[in-house]
Amino acid sequence: MKYRSVLSIGTLAVATAVVCSLGPVAAAPRFGGNESSGGGQATPAAATAQKAAPATAKLWTMPRTADGKPDLQGTWSNATLTPLERLPGQGLILTDAQTAQIENRTKEVAAFRDAPSDPNRPPPVKGGEDRPLPPGEPTFIERISASAGGKVGGYNNFWLDPGERVLRIDGKPRGAMVIDPPDGRVPALTPEARTRAMQRAARTKAFGEFDHPELRGLAERCLLSFGSNAGPPMVPNYFYNNNYQIVQTKDHVMIMTEMVHDVRIIRMGAGLEHPPKPVRPWLGDSIGRWDGDTLVVETTNFHPQQQYRGASENLKITERFTRAGPDQILYRFTVEDPTTFVAPWTAESAFNRTEEMIYEYACHEGNYALSNVLSGERSKEKRDAEKIKKPQ
Amino acid sequence: MRNTLRNALLALSGAIFMAVVFHTALPVAGQAPAGPRLPRLGGKPDLNGIWQAMNTANWDLEAHAARPALAMRPGPIVPVPAKEVLAFGAVGAVPGGMGVVEGGEIPYTPEGLKKKKENQDNWLTRDPEIKCYLPGVPRANYMPFPFQIFQSDKAFAIAYEFAGAYRNVYLKDPGPPQVDSWMGQSVGRWEGDTFVIDANGFIDQSWFDRSGNHHSEALKVTERYTMVDPNHINYEATIEDKNVFTRPWKISFPLYRRMEKGARLNQFKCVEFVEELMYGHLRKTPVQ
Repeated sequence: MKYRSVLSIGTLAVATAVVCSLGPVAAAPRFGGNESSGGGQATPAAATAQKAAPATAKLWTMPRTADGKPDLQGTWSNATLTPLERLPGQGLILTDAQTAQIENRTKEVAAFRDAPSDPNRPPPVKGGEDRPLPPGEPTFIERISASAGGKVGGYNNFWLDPGERVLRIDGKPRGAMVIDPPDGRVPALTPEARTRAMQRAARTKAFGEFDHPELRGLAERCLLSFGSNAGPPMVPNYFYNNNYQIVQTKDHVMIMTEMVHDVRIIRMGAGLEHPPKPVRPWLGDSIGRWDGDTLVVETTNFHPQQQYRGASENLKITERFTRAGPDQILYRFTVEDPTTFVAPWTAESAFNRTEEMIYEYACHEGNYALSNVLSGERSKEKRDAEKIKKPQ
Repeated sequence: MRNTLRNALLALSGAIFMAVVFHTALPVAGQAPAGPRLPRLGGKPDLNGIWQAMNTANWDLEAHAARPALAMRPGPIVPVPAKEVLAFGAVGAVPGGMGVVEGGEIPYTPEGLKKKKENQDNWLTRDPEIKCYLPGVPRANYMPFPFQIFQSDKAFAIAYEFAGAYRNVYLKDPGPPQVDSWMGQSVGRWEGDTFVIDANGFIDQSWFDRSGNHHSEALKVTERYTMVDPNHINYEATIEDKNVFTRPWKISFPLYRRMEKGARLNQFKCVEFVEELMYGHLRKTPVQ
């Protein structure tokens, strides 16, 4: 965390090269087909926003704005070691042993990666080499960064800040964010969505991976953050910079996402309507209202290129923000898109207060990587063409 | 004679007395009923809303006549628009303006002025606006795009339509900026009814306008936002940069509230719009 000032200046070449593999689907990889849930069992209903008052609630009074609404303002982070979807062998609530295993392993890996490297080590082998990790079962975040960095290494530990703890709601450690369906997994895609995905893949396959800038990932193009940071839904990227600032006025709630300085301007008030269908901004169009002490935000009209987990233009995200203590906002979201998912699904996560400053993530201004990956491929093509001309 | 003198002295002292009274009394009398009632928030003017400058400062901060284009090349009789912008016709022409710089001219050092002229000659390849880079301060405030102020009792933030630029204005000074950035670090405070922002910590790559006016990383901007009625803010910015200017200088102009029904900040995420310009030559098959 102490390196944040350096970390946020912009993108590194490696950063953007890595990003493409962190698309919405890759960010929550499925490990095998084991859908069973072990560990502690709890019903999602037991952890609703209304019941989220922690043990410290007695000592804490809901802070309110001048007009009496719960005050959500401040700087928050949703960094966590808890994935969106349930992993095999885990329940909604993690056992103490599971929690300790994940959090200790994360510390061990960080210490291992922070250790000084041998200045006399030989050069890496051609094609790169696997970076060593301490023995033991890797966390899902390790798997993401390993696949993202590939054999050229990607980030070293200096750049990473995915979180140090699992998600805790109601003081209970969570194995995953999805609470409905009860198996903790995002429901299957509809046949229509599968067809769309296949058509998309077929269109992309007509090109080489590095033929055109439009074929690169949205984050690599500096159009949006990694994963779904700005959302909605606002899900951590398991990488770094999962920071947000909230400012509330009487008719707006503004949420600034550190990554790519994306600002969500949520309109508040009665009688507001989403714009006509052709108006489809990035991050969609958000309208908010208060349901008791919970801020409810409904978002539709998503940008055609912002296809959260393969969603269509019919995507509707409903978010619920509830202050759950002096240092936490409970964040619950429901994803509905009957043309994409066979059922609506709901997940729970949290924004925890951070004392860190938000830095300017001037991604595009420092995006050397996009031109480098494209020009690298052009050089390779040229070299390959010369090889064909002059066979050795 | 004596009486006349005495009377004259009395009259004079009376006049002085009246002048003193008027001098002090007039503004006092003028203040209370003057200015329209301002919307207020926690006792301070409520600057929440969508605002926009209406001037040609983004073309050129200094006074300038209308002309065919920013990028020109020599012609047989008079200069003509450069090839790259010719197709724009009247759309690419520069509207004239009386300038927003107090005193008329930007007080450049000789080297600063030389660089400004080079910038001007290379506008198409150098102006960060063309590449959709963050506009910096104060330029963000007079781009031909609106911006929205979010003011609460705890925070002050400005979201700009152009390039999705954003400034969090700290209400408590966090100390010197830890890194230089495009939009700088802003610290705000109220001086009476004027909101004053001290901004510094800028990188040296942003410009002030399309005419190549520039600064170094030593730039310090002091902005003053004074609401004069519910729909107008007088904006002033004092610009200091010892590397580029011989003295501090000031720009000022009004900001207008966007009044239309349902006015909102639209999105102008132009990064995508400049991909062809910036990366088109790196396509497998460049677009002809």
